[in-house]
Amino acid sequence: MTIDLTDTTTGAIDHALNEARRRLGGMTLGMVLTLIVVTDEAAQYDAIRAANQAAREHPCRILAVIARKPKADSRLDAEIRVGESSPGETIVLRMYGPLGQHADSVVAPLLVPDVPVVTWWPDEAPEIPARHPLGALAQRRVTDTAAAESPRAMLANLAAGYRPGDTDFGWTRATPWRSLLAATLDQPHPPVTAGEIAAEEGNPAADLIAAWLSLRLSAPVSRTVSAGPGITAAVFTTPEGDIKITRADGRTATLAWPGRTDRMVALHRRDTAELLAEELRRLDPDEVYAETLEHADLSAPAELPRRTNAPA
Amino acid sequence: MDVPNAGTRGPAPANPGVIAAGLDPANPLRDPRDRRIPRVAGPCVMVMFGVTGDLARKKLMPALYDLANRGLLPPGFSLVGFARRDWEHEDFAQVTYEAVKEHARTPFRETVWQQLSEGVRFVPGEFTDDEAFDQLAETVRQLDHERGTGGNYAFYLSIPPKFFSTVVQQLKRSGLSDPGPAGPDGRTPWRRVVIEKPFGRDLATAKELNDVVDAVFPAHSVFRIDHYLGKETVQNILALRFANTLYEPIWNRSYVDHVQITMSEDIGIGGRAGYYDGIGAARDVIQNHLLQLLALTAMEEPVSFDADSLRQEKEKVLSAVRLPADLALGTARGQYAAGWQGGRQVTGFLEEDGIPADSRTETYAAIKLSVDTRRWAGVPFYVRTGKRLTRRMTEIALIFQAAPHLPFAATDTKELGKNALVIRVQPDEGVTLRFGSKVPGSAMEVRDVNMDFAYGESFTEASPEAYERLILDVLIGDPPLFPRQEEVELSWRILDPVEQFWAENTKPEQYASGGAGPASADALMGRDGRAWRRL
Repeated sequence: MTIDLTDTTTGAIDHALNEARRRLGGMTLGMVLTLIVVTDEAAQYDAIRAANQAAREHPCRILAVIARKPKADSRLDAEIRVGESSPGETIVLRMYGPLGQHADSVVAPLLVPDVPVVTWWPDEAPEIPARHPLGALAQRRVTDTAAAESPRAMLANLAAGYRPGDTDFGWTRATPWRSLLAATLDQPHPPVTAGEIAAEEGNPAADLIAAWLSLRLSAPVSRTVSAGPGITAAVFTTPEGDIKITRADGRTATLAWPGRTDRMVALHRRDTAELLAEELRRLDPDEVYAETLEHADLSAPAELPRRTNAPA
Repeated sequence: MDVPNAGTRGPAPANPGVIAAGLDPANPLRDPRDRRIPRVAGPCVMVMFGVTGDLARKKLMPALYDLANRGLLPPGFSLVGFARRDWEHEDFAQVTYEAVKEHARTPFRETVWQQLSEGVRFVPGEFTDDEAFDQLAETVRQLDHERGTGGNYAFYLSIPPKFFSTVVQQLKRSGLSDPGPAGPDGRTPWRRVVIEKPFGRDLATAKELNDVVDAVFPAHSVFRIDHYLGKETVQNILALRFANTLYEPIWNRSYVDHVQITMSEDIGIGGRAGYYDGIGAARDVIQNHLLQLLALTAMEEPVSFDADSLRQEKEKVLSAVRLPADLALGTARGQYAAGWQGGRQVTGFLEEDGIPADSRTETYAAIKLSVDTRRWAGVPFYVRTGKRLTRRMTEIALIFQAAPHLPFAATDTKELGKNALVIRVQPDEGVTLRFGSKVPGSAMEVRDVNMDFAYGESFTEASPEAYERLILDVLIGDPPLFPRQEEVELSWRILDPVEQFWAENTKPEQYASGGAGPASADALMGRDGRAWRRL
């Protein structure tokens, strides 16, 4: 059911929600968090769709905040969707004029009581997310540096303005790679003396993996540029030769180990809903991300490849 | 159940074989704070016996695929099937492919299947055939070489227990069971053996069976699968009890009136006549699933969640379980009669194919137990299980005592029952709290209402299938969810006198299919002034 409210107040929204709930028969059961999505008119459709998909794993109230026409008179329009594609509730809040600067005054009364709040910027994010009024309401703030015009510059901003509870999709996208790299080093292996991560330019996940590896292995890890898609190779240099994981097609990786047959590993790129679902799984500060971000060297541009990255 | 080892390395574990490969402290990329990186099994081969069986096709193979799809299997993971079939590797891969396509829970991805299928091998042969086992040994060694599986083998015996002895001896003879010396890096390869219920049919046979496996595999490398323990709600019993302050203060004889543990099925014995006749409901379900649920419900708080502490508490409470003095009054059993179940006409147990007309095997069993501890003195635990009942359902219900004083008129509280906390294990996993509430209106009228927590609503797709969790735990070497031989023996000690009494004294009572069980079970509760919860 969709309810449109024009020039409205949070009181009226709350009333309409209660009314809808009564008509549908108790829909709020089991909502585990409030998800604030800060977006714009152009991007809202994709963002809300991904949020709805993630809500199947984490039933939640989605508050999409869209600022419109900053010069107009202040006005709040709301679109309430309940009992549709996801188990929770979605409220799209369009704020006109100066109200756009005071979005927190609209959002705060609509938070689900007693459960955590997560704020997600699918596109451009503020320099210091925790200082943003909508970020201050949340214990978890999710940004996406890959969507920024200059991912590296934004990553550097995030590093400077980091507060516990911040996290970035660049780090989320790194998880399958990090998991595979950790599994690779679970096997008996010669000491790793250096490393390399190859990816297309402006790939924050690759920057973060390189920083993470160099921090954990206490070895230099270079970040090189390839044609993509995404991350195409990770290399551990050892005295017995290189241990190489290459992924040319964004789907299947090949693990090449000196003196062994090459092995294939499924390593597909994930969509936004999956990334968001991973972010919502744990809501405590991610200390490993904080350390990695601090360690990342974001001043130098990525290097040219040391060698070709064709699969071995 | 992750073993907490935040940064510091404690004393060496007592069982060198159970160090979790996934939490290898020597790997600098692993950090206990890094919760995004999942526990991934170390390099290994799984050798599966009984690959043509239902369990292998419907549960084990799909679970392996789902694990691969979630990225929880190591690169190079290999699966070797062994069976009396004239198959090539490709034929077995095809069988696995079909099983995965039909039964896997996660979406089918060609790339994941490609990765898995590269490590699929098949060895044909009889269990008595020395040559076949030598070939099996050769196959896994080749995999070690080709795919870097590191000499780590898990043997899954998805076969009837009568073959255990032969297979285990063959594993020994062919050298497969011997992990060999430590490698150049100081790591000893591991061997693990996975067995499924039934763990014997009484104490004596359980011991015999254990001796067979024990002769070849050390106790810490034997993983007994009770798939109930892989279920999220069952693990949640521990979280509910020990992570909250709310429940523990009332989790005792001062507040609890009695406990009911139920597993009911709506189906009959199906095609399992050969196995079921002579075994019956109590051996099939109470001895393992229900007594494990009882142990988790009644046990004291373990000092930690590592395998030893957890099993110790379970063993303590199982050793305190007592049977009623008069088994004629404290137990009930029955056989389903022909009738109607769920809108279908069904046959009675005695008319089922393969069941003798004079069979005394029960399809319904109920037992009243007590737990002789300070916490539970005087609180009866009623356990029941049956086939062809109203519906399929498993639950643990703690029924609390009535409020000591009700400051309402008797008519106001006529509809007020006792408070209850119900842990729903299946099919609709969750927790229900039943309590009294005022009916809206001008009169003071109190009636029972439910407060519900449903896993389906709160944490849906993330929860893995029980077999997925258990297979991963085997490959990682994490044993808390697997009962130890001591627990198996303690359970048989509880059940054996009942079985003996039944064999000597009673004939199972017929009960209507689609109902709630035999009248004698209701009478058992009635004598105590209580009633079974509605199915």
